[in-house]
This record gives sequence, C-alpha cells and structure tokens, in this order.
Amino acid sequence: MVSVATMRMSEQTAADTQVQPDAAAGAARSLNSPETTARIGSGVPVKASVENFSFYYGDFKALKSISMPVHEKRVTALIGPSGCGKSTLLRTFNRMHDLYPGNRYEGTIRLHPDNTNLLDPAVDPIEVRMRIGMVFQKPNPFPKSIYENVAYGLRIRGERNRSAIDDQVREALRGAALWSEVEHRLHDPATALSGGQQQRLCIARCLATQPEVLLFDEPTSALDPIATASIEELIHELRDKVTILIVTHNMQQAARVSDYTAYMYLGELMEFGETNQIFVNPTRKETEDYITGRFG
Amino acid sequence: MQETNSGGAAALVPHGPLSVSDRLAKKALRHFKERLIELLLLGAAFVSVLTTVGIIWVLVSESVNFFGTVSIWSFLTDTMWTPLFAEPRYGILPLLAGTLTTSAVALIVAIPLGTTIAIYLSEFARPTVRELVKPFLELLGGIPTIVYGYFALMVVIPMLQLLMPELSGFNMLGAGIVMGIAIIPYVSSLAEDAMRAVPMSMREGSYAMGATRLQTAFRVVFPAALSGILSAYILGISRAVGETMIVAVAAGMQPNFTVNPLEPAQTISAYIVQVALGDLPHGSIGYQSIFAAGLSLMLMTLALNLVGHVVRRRYREAY
Repeated sequence: MVSVATMRMSEQTAADTQVQPDAAAGAARSLNSPETTARIGSGVPVKASVENFSFYYGDFKALKSISMPVHEKRVTALIGPSGCGKSTLLRTFNRMHDLYPGNRYEGTIRLHPDNTNLLDPAVDPIEVRMRIGMVFQKPNPFPKSIYENVAYGLRIRGERNRSAIDDQVREALRGAALWSEVEHRLHDPATALSGGQQQRLCIARCLATQPEVLLFDEPTSALDPIATASIEELIHELRDKVTILIVTHNMQQAARVSDYTAYMYLGELMEFGETNQIFVNPTRKETEDYITGRFG
Repeated sequence: MQETNSGGAAALVPHGPLSVSDRLAKKALRHFKERLIELLLLGAAFVSVLTTVGIIWVLVSESVNFFGTVSIWSFLTDTMWTPLFAEPRYGILPLLAGTLTTSAVALIVAIPLGTTIAIYLSEFARPTVRELVKPFLELLGGIPTIVYGYFALMVVIPMLQLLMPELSGFNMLGAGIVMGIAIIPYVSSLAEDAMRAVPMSMREGSYAMGATRLQTAFRVVFPAALSGILSAYILGISRAVGETMIVAVAAGMQPNFTVNPLEPAQTISAYIVQVALGDLPHGSIGYQSIFAAGLSLMLMTLALNLVGHVVRRRYREAY
C-alpha cells in the first residue's frame, strides 16, 4: 500500500516536467548517430528477460503479460503516463513488492547467464537484491557518514577487511563521480550533502557491491537541472559496466540516456525497441501521440 | 481562503443584499470572535504554565524556611536522614542513593525490554499481532502503581527470596524490577513511535542493498530514530526517579545510605509519602523538609528534561 502511494506521488511531481516533442526527437537523433546505432545492433546479449509477466496489487492487475528483453550493458528506459505501471515493473526486478502484503507475481523474469527466475518463490529476495541494485526517486542516504553509506552493502555482506572496504568505497565513489567532492570529508554525515550529491552517493552505495543490474526509479525527479545533468552523465558512463533500467517521466531524458525504450500504458507494454526507432519512427500511433506530447 | 472568495464575489455584485458597512460590521464581529477564541486557547495553554510556576513557588518558599534552619551544605553532604530522631539530621544523600538505585534497577529492566518490544512492534510484528499486543502494553501502563507495589511485595520479592534466601522482605531490587516493568510501556511506545516515523524510503534503501530485516532494523532504522529513542529513555528515567507508590510499598521506609539493591532503602518520593501519612507534625521543620526533598526531586527531573532536549537536538536526523 505504501509503495502505491509513494509511486503515485512520484508520478505527480514528475508530471510537471512536460515534454517538448521536437526537442526530444532531436535529442534522440543526435544521440543515436549511425555509429551508436551500429554498436547497439541486434547481437547485444540479453541480461534479463521478462516473460508473460503480470502483477497484482491485491485484486488489481497492475501489469498485464509483459514480455521484453533487457540488454546487457545497455540502458533501457521505461516510459509512459502516470499509473502505467512502469515503476511497478522496475520494482519487480529486485522484489521490492515482497515487502508489502497482498502483492502477487505471475510469469517469469529470468536473469542471465544463470537463467534464475527472479520471481520464483524459492529464490530468496535478498539474493536477488544482492545482484540487482536500486536507486530511488528521492535520495535516501542512511543516517550515517558518507563512508559508512557506501560501505553498508559490504558490511551487510560480512566484509570485515578494513583496507578492502576502504578500496571499494573509494572505487565506488569514483565510479559515481563523487570522490573529488567528498574525499576530505568521508566521515561527515551523508545528510550534509546536497540533493544531487546524495543521489550520487546512493549510486555509489549500489556500485560498491558490484551489482549486475542497476535500477533507477525516476532518479532525477527531485533534483535541479544541473544535478540532473550530472546524474545523466553518470548513467551514460555506467552503461559500459552495468546493465541499467531506468524509469523516467522526462522524455528528453529517456532519449538522452537510453539505448532501448519501452513504452507502457495502463499496465501493458505498448512498444519496445531501440530508443532511436521509438522516438523517431514509432510503430504504434499511441506511442507517437505520447512522445510528441499529444497525450499524457 | 473562503473569506477572500466570498469577499471578491460580493465586490463583483454591486447590488448585493449587504451594504459595505454591513459587511464591515460582520467582519468586525468575526474578528472579535477570533480574538476571543484565541484568548481562550491561550488561557488553556497558560494553565500548565501557571501550575508549574505555582508548584515551584510553593516548593521554593517552603524550602527557604527549611534552609533557614538546616544549611544547604549539610543538606547536600550529611549522610544521615533522621527527621524523627530527637537530634534530627537532614542529609539528602541516603534518599538520593535510594532513588538512584531503584531507578537504575528499573532502567536495567525497562530499557532493554522496552527497546526490544519497540523494535519488534515497529519492524517485525505483523499488523494483526501489533494490534493485539499494543492494548496489553497500554493496559500495563494503566495499572495503578499501588497495585504494582503490592505485586512487588507479594510476588516478586518472595520469588527473589527463593533465589536469595537471606534477602530482606523489603528491598530495592524487587521494587526496582517491578518499577521497570511499570515503565516499559512508556519506553516502548515512544521508541516505537520514533522508529515508525522513519520513512519507508529509508528501509527500502536498505532492503534494496540486500539487507535482512534484522540488519535494516539495527543498522538503519534504530540509528535514524536514535533521538526519539533516547527521548523515550529519558522519559523513562524521569518516571523512575519520580515513581512513588511502588518504592514506598516495597523498598522499605528506612533511609539507608547505600547503593546495594539487595538492601531496603527509602527514596525521596517515598519519604514524602511517609510524611504525608502524618508521622511528622504539620509546620515542624521535619514537615518542611518534604519541600526541600520535593525541590531536589524536581530539580533532578528538570535536569533530565534539559538533557533530553539537548539529546534530541544533537541526534536528530533530518529525513
């Protein structure tokens, strides 16, 4: 129940960011230059595959038989109007729905190469979350120091070696482009950082444990444009190391950062394809209407 | 909001039923009513202020009389409290030792148990279990302390005597344990409130890292709620220090300068009860000593409240 409420809220706040259709299409075009498109190609390995996945909040069927691939070391954006279920789908990947009673999964999400079905009741959600990190809409650093925030994942995995933790914390903060800003105050409280820094800290927190997939749930909707730009840049850098799924309300952002885009509407996957194709030449009328701002 | 709307609408309709002066009169009436209600609310708020000031005034003025006879120095340093003796001595230390010892025993019981209950209810219990357990805790908090006192005397101390046969029939250990049980609800309910106020997003952040419920509760929720939890402890300490009936019934009535919980002793509050029962003539110096004792007790709780205030500010997390 709480999750639904937070999701609704998040979608409302982000709904204010209206889309400029031409700009979005333009951004897509510039990003997806011929080389980029060639690099994406169709031979990209699949990291996770969603097969006939449905999701229920109690009796309400929030997601209806969704099937789509998530390509390895690429950025996949989930877009769609409020209430379309994109956050619900994202949160399924690390079994966040298990935290609340009355939620039910149907179908499978397989994580490759080992073909584990993430939704199998026999699979421990903690094991899933150890492999798949998540960055939330609102930065949620823990009430600890900057250092301890990043070390958190290592500590709960039982890492005791101080120098190993030191190294990984440093690496993670570098990976999240935060190191130079915090290296002299690692032991200050994390809450003293600015919003954008906090969000990068949350990314560093995930990176420290080297997840296979990173989930971003509208990571910039609570940030100002400059902080947003730095997060987008970071996502762009991270795509070489980790598979990324991002929910966004900002169509320009989807066009800027993603390689693949899934357009969802009322719990259904309307269209999935390379971002370039979805933004420039969508096959479905509904997708085009949404992307060009005629609807949504 | 409504006011400006109706005002605006009236202004747009020039031939409305009310003239300008009528409308102004209405406004003046409304203004008067608002002021009246505000004053009533202020008065209600001042009842507590006036009561506190009144109590302080009584305590201080009576204590001044007392300290006219007994010097503050001997009050604070004398190790005997013997107001009923022919040669009375008024050293607060024995009573203070009794108060602190019983309180310490109570806190050793109440803080771990109260915290555990709070963590369980806030982080682990299913809603149905929580709804079942909370009324019982509230009931525990609603039991009159005199009942607890006899529970200590009739049940807990005899049980302790099974373990320690030489234990006296009145002792600070039994009284303290029961006092601890009595303040568990205060500690647990405030601590639970503090933990439940930690936003769900913070727990989700921890779970998303692969943390278990136990790890999330102890490494994230507990530190995030620390300021509220410490306030709960300080409230618990205040209750323990001021608690009267349990210690009056079960800890014994002889001032005894010791911190050994196995011995009987009198606390400040229990002494005040004893005098109130009429052992000392009204108006005598012995009678006035209860005000000095009461003032000491109040200063202790005041100090605790101040500490609580500082702690809340120091450990408050912005989330």
